[in-house]
Amino acid sequence: MYARWVLTTLLVWPLVAGLIVLLVPARLAKYVALAASLVEFAISVPLWWTFVPANGMQFTVDAPWIAAWGVHYTVGVDGISLFLVLLTTFLMPLSILGSWTYITKREGGFYALLLVLTTGMIGVFVALDLFLFYVMWEVMLIPMYFIIGVWGGENRLYAAIKFFIYTMFGSLLMLVAILVLYLHAGRVTGVYSFGYTHLLQQVALLGPIAWWLFAAFFLAFAIKVPLFPLHTWLPDAHVEAPTAGSVILAGILLKMGTYGFLRFALPFFPGVALNQTVQLIIVALALIGIIYGGLVAMVQPDFKKLIAYSSVAHLGFVMLGIWALTLQSVQGAILIMINHGISTGALFFLVGMIYERRHSRLIEAYGGIARVVPLFAAILTIVSLSSIALPATNGFVGEFLVLLGAFRTYPVATAIATTGVIVAAAYLLTALQRVIYNPLTNHENEKLTDLTPRELLVLVPLVVCIFWIGIYPKPFLRRMEPASRQLIELIKPGTTQNEPPSAVTGGGGQQ
Amino acid sequence: MTLDPSVYGDLLLSLLPEIVLTAWALVLLMVVAWRHKTVADLRVAAYLTLAALASTAVAVWWLWWHRTTVAGIAAMVAADDFRWVADWIFLGAATLTTLISVAYLEREQLLAPEYYVLLVFGTLGMMVMAAGADLMVIFLGLELMSVAVYVLAGFDRRRARSAEAALKYFLLGAFASGFLLYGIALIYGATGTTNIALIGAQISLAGTAPGAMLLVGMALLTVGFGFKIAAVPFHMWAPDVYDGAPTPVTAFMATGVKAAAFAALFRVMIQGFAQVAVWHDMVWWLAVVTMVGGNLFALAQRSVKRMLAYSSVAHAGYLLVAVTAGGSAGSGAFLVYAVAYTLMTIGAFAILAAKGRAGESDVTNDDLAGLAARRPWLAFGLAVCMLSLLGFPGTAGFIGKWYILIAATSAGQNVLAAILVLTSVVSAGYYLPVIMAMYMKPAPAPAETAHVEVVFDRWGRTALAAIVVLVLLFGVWPNRLFDLARSAGDSVRPMTTTAGQ
Repeated sequence: MYARWVLTTLLVWPLVAGLIVLLVPARLAKYVALAASLVEFAISVPLWWTFVPANGMQFTVDAPWIAAWGVHYTVGVDGISLFLVLLTTFLMPLSILGSWTYITKREGGFYALLLVLTTGMIGVFVALDLFLFYVMWEVMLIPMYFIIGVWGGENRLYAAIKFFIYTMFGSLLMLVAILVLYLHAGRVTGVYSFGYTHLLQQVALLGPIAWWLFAAFFLAFAIKVPLFPLHTWLPDAHVEAPTAGSVILAGILLKMGTYGFLRFALPFFPGVALNQTVQLIIVALALIGIIYGGLVAMVQPDFKKLIAYSSVAHLGFVMLGIWALTLQSVQGAILIMINHGISTGALFFLVGMIYERRHSRLIEAYGGIARVVPLFAAILTIVSLSSIALPATNGFVGEFLVLLGAFRTYPVATAIATTGVIVAAAYLLTALQRVIYNPLTNHENEKLTDLTPRELLVLVPLVVCIFWIGIYPKPFLRRMEPASRQLIELIKPGTTQNEPPSAVTGGGGQQ
Repeated sequence: MTLDPSVYGDLLLSLLPEIVLTAWALVLLMVVAWRHKTVADLRVAAYLTLAALASTAVAVWWLWWHRTTVAGIAAMVAADDFRWVADWIFLGAATLTTLISVAYLEREQLLAPEYYVLLVFGTLGMMVMAAGADLMVIFLGLELMSVAVYVLAGFDRRRARSAEAALKYFLLGAFASGFLLYGIALIYGATGTTNIALIGAQISLAGTAPGAMLLVGMALLTVGFGFKIAAVPFHMWAPDVYDGAPTPVTAFMATGVKAAAFAALFRVMIQGFAQVAVWHDMVWWLAVVTMVGGNLFALAQRSVKRMLAYSSVAHAGYLLVAVTAGGSAGSGAFLVYAVAYTLMTIGAFAILAAKGRAGESDVTNDDLAGLAARRPWLAFGLAVCMLSLLGFPGTAGFIGKWYILIAATSAGQNVLAAILVLTSVVSAGYYLPVIMAMYMKPAPAPAETAHVEVVFDRWGRTALAAIVVLVLLFGVWPNRLFDLARSAGDSVRPMTTTAGQ
């Protein structure tokens, strides 16, 4: 029973809750929203246990929607999307709790939009019909646009419209590509449907037009990731967004891009994606993202901007892992997607909390606050170290797997990428030092108050996850392995047969 | 039910909706001849207009329900689903226009109930255009519609801009009619008939490349229609006329008039000239130039009303894509998009009419600042309309655009589809600032008195609520609309498939 209603409920409940939030008095809005998001999380948790790794797509629901075009409401999760759905439902209550005192105007609208956003994000991850996927992909733009534009910082209008137009530009070309795919599959089979598996079966015969279609999908996803030359919307959006907005942007929205590559761009157009030149370009862009993102982060005076650029670097690792297409690297890439949501989310929360106290995000405004706010300093250190990928934290497992797996496909590129880890240490440790160590020179900082219980409630779950994944990642890897293997087989048949032993089962090559 | 046009009774029956509306128009004319002084008289006229439009819609429904067709191909009027659906669009546009006009006319002290008579006659002209299976009938409808709208554009005669709009529209419209008529004459010279189906049959029977006379005739015909639909480069009149005319009239012009011209264009191009390949190229370029031009010009506007005027030019470009795609998919896409476009455009103009003063030509984005805080529902309505105009998922505008894209890609027009979506991205640059102003900018000080002058009466609220509900409903559940559009699209077929054999 659970399998039949869970995904639909996860999609519908936030919408209903958002409406309720709008209707209750403004001072109650946050309580209702928090309760609603906790319910959402509670509904999603059993997915973790009831998910059977070997079964492929699960919890599927299929119902006709727009019959004239063969549009179906088809949803389901596999070992890739499972984690992204759980990450979404996990981060939402934290985001609401993290905005508790940050958001002071038009609270009802803010929390309602956060809930609507939840529907959009989960929808993107569970959609197995390209029409539904596209609708969800675009729908989540609006709440984010409002969150940045209404509750953002000084330069919010510019950031909001830039975010909107960049994303829309990419996605509209993807829309045309989806239509061309749909008509192609329809002509070949006589069945017009936007269904994911239906389209997947027909893409082999596309011919040269596959190049154009790949380019359209690539643009849409690369803007979202963001890959190097298309990343300029990200620092603006991240910096101007309110804390919850930044957390969700970094934690979940960016993953839609990499998820799109894994789910659509690669399986649909393996011929194009594995072309030598295309590989070269994409791996090069990923490397530029890693190195350039790190170097730019190093010189940022604004802590929030620093984290924003570090996202560019982290997502570069994900892209490298995806394109290397070995079991380890793909698993590593998925794990980094989760880790980045947790660590960067926590970093944005921390910056938001200190900003609420001092109204400054500049690194130089602080210094030596470890004595004043020891708890804050401790958590910031842990989270920063996890973002640097120190062993025993989640960051290490993900990046290590990616580097290990990618080394067999792209040894040189991986060697260069490894230096990105050093760059990460350079910018984050320097920032850490300047913020919490160094002498306390600014007297305003002497009166800072340490984390409140509410703020601890936001951060502790994230810290627990950091150590859980860092020390015992097996439950994660076990759940994502069959899906990753299946994906690689789909794109490059026969490659997982002679893989080195899997990180988890120890028996590589056994299907 | 098949009607034989050579029998007098059947001919009348096939024109039933037009006859009903004409009768009402005459009744209305009589009533306003005696009662044309006070606000109460305006109300009476508005009620009568709504009754007229509703009963005509029922007449259309009755013919649709009985699956009325006209026997033979040489009839002057067509009776098919395309006509019925187009009629409903015109009647819907006229109804919504009436609803938003009531408060407007009272506020602007335009106490002349003849306004509604002209509105009804304009609608009648549109219906005749959609019904015309003969170029002469189409021309007749076009003139009936145009003359009524010329007067409506200048209805606020005390304002110079309104008078200027009327004069400009009349002069350019007269030219356009001349082009159209000359085109018809040349086509008659080339084929020996003005019946659209027979023209198609003539061309396909001749089997040779069309002669120069036919091509020039077609080009002139396209120019004539291009004026009416405000396609670039024949759009020059549109911004000034839309700007100067009273806002409800602008809404009516941007939706009803445009839809009527498109309906006629579809019938002529797809039924008459399906065999002439040249017009595809012609309309292809027209569509590209219109989409690019309309969107870029709209980007540069400060006044919301002018922005909407240029945006309606851009939307004419999207509809031209449907014309280029042709076939039943193109006609179906046109009808769905026309429904969506009518709803969202009238919605946007309705709020502008409520906000503005003295012609609203100087309402800028900044004047809408902070509207969301003061009038949340109104702002929500306008935001929905803007997103729908942008083609955002969850709204009717998205479904319409998607339909056009499907029609274009299935006709092999991938490049045109790509241009359509790219120009849509540009349109975000002028639709979003409206939302931005309403929601993200603070109201001008003093905040307590901002936007108090925005008065939306019961009628306007009803219209806006209906629009928002329908835009969202069609955006999520367009199935019924599609069934209708598909059977309507199928009914506009090139006659050559039957006549040519």
